Amino acid sequence: MELLAFGDTGWGDELFYATLMTIAVSITAMFIGFLFALIFTPLKLSKNKFLNFIANSYTTIIRGVPELLVIYLFFFGGTGAVMYVASIFGYNEYIEINAFVTGASAIGIISGAYSTEVFRGAIQSIDKGQFEAANVLGLNKFGKFFKIILPQTLRLAIPNLSNVWQITLKDTSLISVTGLVEIMRQSYIAAGSTRDPLFFYSFAAVLYLLLTFVSMKLINRLEVKYSRGY
Amino acid sequence: MDLELMISSLPKLLNAAVITLKLLSVSLMIGLFIGLFFAILRLNKNIFINRFAYGYSYIFRGTPLLVQIFIIYFGLGQIEYLRSTVLWVILKEPYWCAIIAFALNTGAYTSEILRSAFQTIKPGIIEAGKSLGISNKVIFYKIQIPIAIRQSLPAYGNEIILMMKGTSLASTVTIMDLTGVAKYIISTTFKPIEVFIVAGGIYLFMTFIIHNVIKFLEKKYSFN
Repeated sequence: MELLAFGDTGWGDELFYATLMTIAVSITAMFIGFLFALIFTPLKLSKNKFLNFIANSYTTIIRGVPELLVIYLFFFGGTGAVMYVASIFGYNEYIEINAFVTGASAIGIISGAYSTEVFRGAIQSIDKGQFEAANVLGLNKFGKFFKIILPQTLRLAIPNLSNVWQITLKDTSLISVTGLVEIMRQSYIAAGSTRDPLFFYSFAAVLYLLLTFVSMKLINRLEVKYSRGY
Repeated sequence: MDLELMISSLPKLLNAAVITLKLLSVSLMIGLFIGLFFAILRLNKNIFINRFAYGYSYIFRGTPLLVQIFIIYFGLGQIEYLRSTVLWVILKEPYWCAIIAFALNTGAYTSEILRSAFQTIKPGIIEAGKSLGISNKVIFYKIQIPIAIRQSLPAYGNEIILMMKGTSLASTVTIMDLTGVAKYIISTTFKPIEVFIVAGGIYLFMTFIIHNVIKFLEKKYSFN
């Protein structure tokens, strides 16, 4: 147990901060994913073939290519891409992108593809009558979306979004290859310096189980809240 | 765009894709047996057996695949006793460690898929078998398992594709699979986009094939 002590002698505090980092990356990635879903879900539902094609390519490519490959693309290509954009604006110094931004945006784009599919499915399964009823009531576009469609979409989407959250949470372990110190990276460092990989990787597994367990409990409460009246 | 690099790296990446497919097929085959075994345990009425099977699938579905590979590859080597047994011949090879981790992981997901398929079989079908005087064992092997496999085809197809993406993690334990080779080429040439397009294209092609094979099987074994 002294391996997990807080302070200079053990790895307790390091692993604690690493767990916070995993949570921070997951939430940021999930949020970035929602932004992507906000852009691509309307494109998927649009009647325009070209917009459809763009959104379908996004979800197909991201869901068909391994997460690790996407992370490598961001890790090795991110700096170059940002520097290229900056050079257009006349800035030619070297720009270093922080591992958190690289990791969270890579995982965010992946999670966005899954979220897009979830939202598309949820909106499509809302009864047509609801749209018509909103029209009949004379609601404007915003009122229709925020008061009628969105609450129902959320109710239908939350169970599947909780799956997306689990996938995102587990995917953050892959960012460890870029050197961001989250649970996996910290366990790797601890395992290397104490020569006790079995203990530290098992402990990492326990931390992930704890995170998934607690977040499932929280999401279940959310699910209950949004299913009021059903 | 460096077209020359894309063309010259294609054969290397295709060779690596063979390793990816090998990893995938071996772990899927072992995983299917593990999954079937645990799905049957889940249907058992004994609460301990039931809980054990549930715990297995909960742990393997709740932790990242990367942790599982690292525990098996780096962790198990630490146990002195294991080093002296025959098992060490297998466990010292990163290739087999990766396959064990993949098989256990996909086994957990497969057991859930098969369990829910078993539970959706209509009781009438089993009763019909009983009234024809077929023994319970034969009902299970000749009626329940084939129906369950048909029911779980769509979900299992997704699992195959997820597993194919999962095999990319083999590159973290020094195996030069498609992702491993892609990373090597990226880090020596610093042309991430070109390599990503080629490697990603190969992955997408494999996804496409798997998707269509599953679709074909679904049609072939549909009830109508």
